[in-house]
Amino acid sequence: MPTKENIYASQQIIVSDRCCVQYGESLALDDVTFSVTKGKKIAVVGPNGGGKSTLFKALAGLIPLSNGSLKINGLDPLMAKGMISYIPQKDSLNWNFQLSVKQVVEMGLTDKNSLFSFNNKKNLKKINESLNQVGILDKSEENINNLSGGQQQRVLLAKALIQDSDILLLDEAFSAIDVGAQEDIMKIINGSDLKEKTILLATHDINNLEDKFDEVLCLNRHCCAFGDPLEVLTAEVIEEMYGSHNNMFLDHKPGSHGS
Amino acid sequence: MLSELLIDPFQYDFMIRALIAAVFCGVTLSTLGTFTINRNMGFMADAMAHATLPIIAVGVFFGFSISELGAPAAIVVALFLGFIVKNTKIGEDTSIGIIFSTFFALGFILIKLLNVTINLEDLLFGQILAVNRTDIYIITALFLIVIGIIIIFFKQLLFYSFDPIGAEVKGLNTNFLNYLFLITLSLAVVSALQTVGIILVLSMLIIPAASAKLITDTFIDSIKVSIAFGIISSVTGLIVSYHLDLPTGPSMSLVASTVFLLSYISNKSKIKNS
Repeated sequence: MPTKENIYASQQIIVSDRCCVQYGESLALDDVTFSVTKGKKIAVVGPNGGGKSTLFKALAGLIPLSNGSLKINGLDPLMAKGMISYIPQKDSLNWNFQLSVKQVVEMGLTDKNSLFSFNNKKNLKKINESLNQVGILDKSEENINNLSGGQQQRVLLAKALIQDSDILLLDEAFSAIDVGAQEDIMKIINGSDLKEKTILLATHDINNLEDKFDEVLCLNRHCCAFGDPLEVLTAEVIEEMYGSHNNMFLDHKPGSHGS
Repeated sequence: MLSELLIDPFQYDFMIRALIAAVFCGVTLSTLGTFTINRNMGFMADAMAHATLPIIAVGVFFGFSISELGAPAAIVVALFLGFIVKNTKIGEDTSIGIIFSTFFALGFILIKLLNVTINLEDLLFGQILAVNRTDIYIITALFLIVIGIIIIFFKQLLFYSFDPIGAEVKGLNTNFLNYLFLITLSLAVVSALQTVGIILVLSMLIIPAASAKLITDTFIDSIKVSIAFGIISSVTGLIVSYHLDLPTGPSMSLVASTVFLLSYISNKSKIKNS
């Protein structure tokens, strides 16, 4: 007979309960509550500074919560590090390095036990499988700087996939790439290979989200709405996200939103 | 004739010691230089060299040699610079600039106040011909430590340098890797103070690496070529300075600059022909 814990572990892979993150005096996330079922593909939308990257960093255990709780498979983010692959915004990577596609993907297999190694031949099979999944196996020896923006995103996706984590966080994966490349990445994300993966993708494109994602999380420092894109992306929610209503946050304290 | 030109200088013990120092410093600096230029840390490295001056002044006052003080000074400076850069919100370049100039000024004041006997020209531009047996032991030990750290932590350092957030999410100890690299870089810089001096150490750190980057396609190849250029520049500079009676540190730097110029021309003609 399934216990409450089992149900929790098997269905709700991410549970955010009144989660708050503060940078100094500024509230970056205020009272954010939502839960994600295993295997769902979630779009995270909202304005710049709306807390999308902050939420991803909190999920990845990179920043602490100031209030509330965040659980990954029932564990605190710091204890769940192996369960998450994180593709940060492209400008946080150092593109000065002349790395081959293969080398970048192999970083997904690098951990604190990776000592005394340069190029590990035993990783080649996994690297090729991962590159095949994102359709750029033929580019494995290319310098990553010679690829298009869309191809670079695929390399980063392959780097995330090789980690075989349950959850993939893609922060602004569509920035600076054309519509065709965006469609290609969505096809990979919604393909049968990634059916089991729970994927959260931060995006500024709120058009046709229902065709691409199971659910949408609308953030503007607080959770404006969460659920089926067709149901929750109302004019009011869009206004709440992108309209000028910053004054409503001035008096807020962590955990007080909506109370 | 050519063999005489190459072999003749090394009939003297002091030149053999200088050769060992030149090769080890060339390899150490040019290896770390590849990481340094790609991480835009040249100014940090320059600050490390300059910031050792007050420690050297106090150390010499208490009877230590510059080489003996190198490793502890490097570690103190690296930890201090790393801490200040991470914990101030005034920008990396600005905080490095403040530490750089403050420590360098403090060094000169201490030299004067403590009445320390230091040949400033040797300290600023190097005096490789004065390298003694103890210096060689220290330079060799620092060479082994620096290269050992790079070999052991290569993959982690590369991952952290390319994708610091991804590395942290993967569970790498990025704080440790940050300070490990700073200390390694600082050790490499101070190991070369006797060879090329405070001012010119930057040239041996970044010029071979920058030259290699111009003519290679991958990071691994750039390390190999950078090491070759580092050795060529330091040994050629040593030999040229012997025959032409020129200062050795500046000679090494100018050979490195010549290699850079040739690499630049090669890179441009490659682009033009492609």
